Amino acid sequence: MSNNLPPRLLLLSAIALLLFEYPLLSLADKNALLGGLPLLYVYSFSVWLMLIVLTALLLRRKKDRIP
Amino acid sequence: MSLGVVLLCALLYIGILFATAWRVDAQAKKGQSKLMRNPYVYSLSLAVYCTAWTYYGSVGRASASGLSFLAIYLGPAIIAPLWYFLLRKMIVISKNQRINSIADFISARYGKSGHLATLVTVIALFGVIPYISIQLKAVSFSIDVLTEHQYPYFKPDAPLLADATFWVMLAMAVFTMLFGARKLDPNERHEGLVAAVAFESLVKLIAFWVVGLFVIYGLYNGLGDLFTQAAAQPETARLFSLSGAGVSPTSWTMYMLLSALAIMLLPRQFHVAVVENTHPRQVNTAMWLFPLYLLLINFLVLPIALAGKMILGSSVPSDTYVLTLPIHEHLHILSLIVFIGGFSAATSMVIVSSTAISIMVSNHLVLPALIRLKLIGQETTPRGASTLLDVRRISILGVLMLALLFLKSIGGSYDLVSVGLISFTAVAQFAPAALFGMYWRRGTRKGAIVGLWIGFLIWAYCLPAAAIAEAGFLSQSFITEGPWGIAWLRPYHLFGMEGMDNISHAAFWSLLLNTGAFLIVSLYTQPSALELTQANIFVNIHRYVAGEEYDVVKRAAKISDLRRVMGRFLDPSHVSGIFSNFEKENKVKLDQQKNAEPELINYAETQLAGIIGASSARLAIGSVAKEENITLEEVMQVLEQTREVLRYSKALEQKSSELETTTRQLIAANEQLKALDRLKADFITTVTHELRTPVTSIKALSKILLDYRAELPEEKLHSYLNILVSESERISRLINQVLDIEKIESGTDEYLPSEPFSLDEIVRTTAAGMAQLFRERSIEFTSDIPEETLEVAGNRDRIVQVVVNLLSNALKFCDTKEGRVSLSLQKTATEAVLCIGDNGKGIPPEQHEHIFDKFTQLNSKTEGKPQGTGLGLYITRKIVEHHGGSIKVVSALGKGATFEVRLPIYQPNF
Repeated sequence: MSNNLPPRLLLLSAIALLLFEYPLLSLADKNALLGGLPLLYVYSFSVWLMLIVLTALLLRRKKDRIP
Repeated sequence: MSLGVVLLCALLYIGILFATAWRVDAQAKKGQSKLMRNPYVYSLSLAVYCTAWTYYGSVGRASASGLSFLAIYLGPAIIAPLWYFLLRKMIVISKNQRINSIADFISARYGKSGHLATLVTVIALFGVIPYISIQLKAVSFSIDVLTEHQYPYFKPDAPLLADATFWVMLAMAVFTMLFGARKLDPNERHEGLVAAVAFESLVKLIAFWVVGLFVIYGLYNGLGDLFTQAAAQPETARLFSLSGAGVSPTSWTMYMLLSALAIMLLPRQFHVAVVENTHPRQVNTAMWLFPLYLLLINFLVLPIALAGKMILGSSVPSDTYVLTLPIHEHLHILSLIVFIGGFSAATSMVIVSSTAISIMVSNHLVLPALIRLKLIGQETTPRGASTLLDVRRISILGVLMLALLFLKSIGGSYDLVSVGLISFTAVAQFAPAALFGMYWRRGTRKGAIVGLWIGFLIWAYCLPAAAIAEAGFLSQSFITEGPWGIAWLRPYHLFGMEGMDNISHAAFWSLLLNTGAFLIVSLYTQPSALELTQANIFVNIHRYVAGEEYDVVKRAAKISDLRRVMGRFLDPSHVSGIFSNFEKENKVKLDQQKNAEPELINYAETQLAGIIGASSARLAIGSVAKEENITLEEVMQVLEQTREVLRYSKALEQKSSELETTTRQLIAANEQLKALDRLKADFITTVTHELRTPVTSIKALSKILLDYRAELPEEKLHSYLNILVSESERISRLINQVLDIEKIESGTDEYLPSEPFSLDEIVRTTAAGMAQLFRERSIEFTSDIPEETLEVAGNRDRIVQVVVNLLSNALKFCDTKEGRVSLSLQKTATEAVLCIGDNGKGIPPEQHEHIFDKFTQLNSKTEGKPQGTGLGLYITRKIVEHHGGSIKVVSALGKGATFEVRLPIYQPNF
């Protein structure tokens, strides 16, 4: 089993925290529209979705490596 | 819509749940249920996290403060990647220790402490009962809204039996009692219940999306249209951003923290995620699927809230927008679907919460009391599983009744989100004890108890107590001015803290002081032997999973006693099963033994713990098993690992301190080398300078002699030649001295071992030799040399050099008109003391150390050219030091100078 997985997941979690926490969050926290949708709304859900996809990808890779 | 229709729908829905649970349970009994091993079912069951609070409350929250509700779901989403080691470790530990609740988990970690188990249970009760009550409230008000206020939900005066909430609660209680306390199982698995919860998670998600899509495409032309319209009105446009909605960064952060902790520590989350888990691998799927579920259920919250605000405004409570929007459009079927969705969110939460809480209450509050009071577990008391299940069922009913009572007394005045957050803050208090406990062996039982108490009390003071005051049960001044007017005790501004909302404020202080107390008390208390073992198992669980656990507290019991005590809690067939399992696993025959091995007692206790909890099982088994004191050897065995770690860290520490010392030494050596280098350079400069002076004069005079030899008068010629000779002598003297220094410093000079010689004789001869010189310059020379022989060992010629050097110095520096030089030799017990004094100008005290250095000559501005080379005293000192002696000068300006040389007297070895 890959030993790299825990640190990678930890990093992913840390990046997600950074992106959803001030001061970075304040970059998206504006009363603006992006493609007709509120900027913060788009930002939150797309970062969130990315987090989910990356987690799934990391775990998927691990599965492949197990013979 | 009539109340009858609504209630019928609710009961039909519960009927479907019954059928689902029943079928799955039946399959599980036959061992056919693959459903429970399905990671998707597991992930969906985690979605019990989304309660009526999510379903109704988030929309209400969003219509007041925009996307702030997201923090409650982002916390779990951010921590989910860490589940790979965090939650999985929790599961492996719990399976290994047969842990079946969060109270059990914390208690087991700290030496199966009964106190901790009870404390955690009480905190969970305080935190969760209001939370359950708001679910009942949500169901109640949704019925109210659906029946168009034929049935006002909040009727404190209505008799219990006339209240629909009571009947709904009863239906939930029956379901929970049937499926949450169906059978006694050491694994505490409830397949039917989990299947029902997973099913409910699907129902609420689908229902929410149905209403969301209806709002977006039925009431507006898609998301873009909805947001464009919302952007046009300042009242809704401000909800687009957190700053616009007035959400402070502190609250956002605290809510994320609270929810990240609650997702693992809430009793119901612990129950579905850990207790009902069938394989740690299921977590891998949940790590992405569960956050995806949260994302989906939250995606449409903001659009619904904006639509509600634009269409309905404040004509109805914003918590009800999900339901009132379809009603407003007279879509009855749709509103019923919405109702069922909300109902499923509430029921799943109530069912799982009350199951989890009832396990804790019966195992950690009721059973210990019954065992202590000898009402259970005795020969004469009713026996077996049925009693335990009855306790469990009564606990479920009791918890739900308490929740209903809470709702009827003060719960009605609270909105969904606040009560939920108060509950989150309560269970977050488990975090230091539970999470540190899994990674930090040093955490002790006392630390956990003190931390939990402090956190719990601050929580209780800052939130429920203040809420009671707000509800009018206490004076308002309690909040505004603090109790007895003490301002820093104001429950919303503890220690004068300002600028935080009530929840963040309480969470901040309680978690900070809880964690601090836990860490500090842990560091200052010693764990017991049992705590050490448990700590070791929790932290290093991966070493224990495959191998067997060793016991610290060695216990002895008769096998028959063990059978009897287990028989009081379990069916006889169950007990036999446990014993034969043990025989099979360990390949032993228990019939041939009379006394139970510690392994068997452990095994029995672990099995029993799965049913009645670790601390109760310990109490029950303890009634027959005598605990022996642990032997030193056994303690050593336990401590072996600790010692190994300590040794390792000590070795590391030593290495690093050694390195530090070496570094320091290297730096010092480097400094010394640099200084030496400087000295060497100085020395060469000085020597060459000293050499150049005579060479220059020799060159000049020789040139004169060469050119004007014939013209010079005889006496001039004579004087020039004299100067030439003396300058040459000076050069050769200098060269000799430099060679001397070289010899002395490099240690090639031969000093020891050498024959002893008599010092007095040397001094006498040298003084006599010099006497002529003194007489020539009419200097008064006195010497005082004792008759007895004074023997020192070393290099005779060098000692002569010392005496000559000192005497010539005295000769050079004594008073020019009435010069006086004295010499004395004395003997002490171990040393010979030679003093040579003059009556010259003396040496200023600040120069006393300095004059023994190389090329030091007293500043002779008044006397012009210095006399000598500046090496004499240096050489003298070196010689004396090499002979193991010392030299110093006693002098004051204008009072002459006396040099005192001390040399050790030769001690012949007999």
